[in-house]
Amino acid sequence: MTEETVVEKKKKTFFHHDSKLYRDEHRAALLMIVLPVIGFTIFTLLPLIYSIFASFTNWNGLGEMTFTGWRNFQLMMKDNYFWQTLGNTFYLMLGIPIGLILSFLLASALSRGLKGTTFFRVVYYIPVISSLAAIAIMWQWAYNGDYGLVNQVLALVGIKGPNWLQNVHTVKPAIIAMSVWKGLGYSMLLYLAAIQSVPKSFYEAADLDGANAFQKFKNITWPMCRPVTFFLIITNVIGGSQIFTEINIMTPTGGPEYSSATIVWYIWQKAFKNFQMGYASAMSMILGILIFIITALQFYVNRKSDYKLS
Amino acid sequence: MAKSKNTQQKVKRQSTGANILIYIILILGGIIMVGPLIWMVSTSLKDKMGVFQLPPQWIPNPIRWDAYKRLFSLSEMYAGFKNTIIVSFTVTIIGSITSSVAAFSFAKLRLPFKNTIFLILLIALMVPYPAVMIPQFMIFSKIGWVDTLKPLIVPGLFGNITMIFFLKQYLQSVPDSVIESAKIDGAGYTKIFTSIIFPLIRPAVAAQFILWFMGAWNDYLAPLIYLNSPEKQTLQVVIANLSATYATQTDYPLIMAMSFVALLPVLIIFLIFQKQIIESIALSGTKG
Repeated sequence: MTEETVVEKKKKTFFHHDSKLYRDEHRAALLMIVLPVIGFTIFTLLPLIYSIFASFTNWNGLGEMTFTGWRNFQLMMKDNYFWQTLGNTFYLMLGIPIGLILSFLLASALSRGLKGTTFFRVVYYIPVISSLAAIAIMWQWAYNGDYGLVNQVLALVGIKGPNWLQNVHTVKPAIIAMSVWKGLGYSMLLYLAAIQSVPKSFYEAADLDGANAFQKFKNITWPMCRPVTFFLIITNVIGGSQIFTEINIMTPTGGPEYSSATIVWYIWQKAFKNFQMGYASAMSMILGILIFIITALQFYVNRKSDYKLS
Repeated sequence: MAKSKNTQQKVKRQSTGANILIYIILILGGIIMVGPLIWMVSTSLKDKMGVFQLPPQWIPNPIRWDAYKRLFSLSEMYAGFKNTIIVSFTVTIIGSITSSVAAFSFAKLRLPFKNTIFLILLIALMVPYPAVMIPQFMIFSKIGWVDTLKPLIVPGLFGNITMIFFLKQYLQSVPDSVIESAKIDGAGYTKIFTSIIFPLIRPAVAAQFILWFMGAWNDYLAPLIYLNSPEKQTLQVVIANLSATYATQTDYPLIMAMSFVALLPVLIIFLIFQKQIIESIALSGTKG
């Protein structure tokens, strides 16, 4: 509604003030945005349309594309690897709630204004900025059964750790732990900013009403952090659904019995190793639709959210 | 009176106790955060046999620079650094200019259907890279750009929607009157942008630039798809490939040295600009 009226108003100004001044401004404005618009068209919009089309074809990337209707999607339904890699991708997302809880607790600890807050913020943020490829290589070695860091630390408390990445049962938890470790600093930073932006008067009012620490947490801090929690869940789910780098580096063959292969890894494998471009496109469409639904949900809930942090 | 003073002291004592506990937790957490990275550096300073020593040494004795010497004799590493520097600087410098100019137009200039165009551009934020990577690859392979750095550079030159979005938000706080009065003084749009807008948004541009630079430096999937020959590959792909090669020879000092060198430039940038980076991220998150 409001958007329409804005457009209407624009139109009016456009036609009524058709002076040289306005025409100049329109031309300059258009010139300034033309590059991103072209870039979007060539590198996002057209490939997306092409991808939708390709997902209904049998295509090896070189030869003719033969239209096969819904066949790729039917094959997908029967493809155990598709379901397994999709399942693995969701399994790996278990790290998201763990990471959020840990980062919220850390942010609460840091929000007390203790000395050294800046120092801890930097320390916790170092894994976030570190190259994922380098980090994945490092953790691959750290998870080594005999000489890796993880098992050496566990040995200190008398636990004999497995060969993490070679074991069907431990490979996914190992990757989750690494992801939590890498992403903790980012969520913590956002939570810290949110907690610090809560007006002091809220807590003072709660003190006057005799609220205890838990009540203050439940009724003030946590609700005020809700937009950040939602933002983090969405961005983490979008990022998590595209997890690839650490999988390809730490478990180049998709892990024991494909137990760490993710959907993007499988798409990449199908497209660029087996040259089943049509089938891979179809899978990438499913992934795109899943992500689109999640993102649309974010916009919807964000609009409905009562809390606005500034 | 005396009673309330007593409770106050008690509360204070309690919070000192809590603070000590919090410090212990934070320090333990900090060790977990940087411990693996320190271990990585420590491993890189051992010799090939030293890494298999039990119990492990945290401070290698003797310290061996051998891995780094071997590392810098590998031509792939030089090529990797060179290619990554070319890609990440070209993309972020030109792309930031494109994005700032576009953000200025979207935020401050009159153009019919401007908001509709902006909303359509935002679609790009919802499209995951894997959904467009196959057609993009086909386009670039048709024009013979596979195994060159162009597919990694060219799309970025057209600007970055995330950056446009944040700069537009930032510009909204600049009053229109500033621009109107410059216009009355007879300044052209180029002049308005370079002498008024850009100085105003410079901190936001710098923060977004650094974030984008770190992203470009650390990119892995796109370079992996496009680059085949070792002398064309970017640093991240180079270290991933070399790591796979040298793992079979159990040359872990070399692998760790490689990984450390690959993440060092961004780490240094982060440590220098940590204040700006951290503030800008906190801001972008709460605004998003």
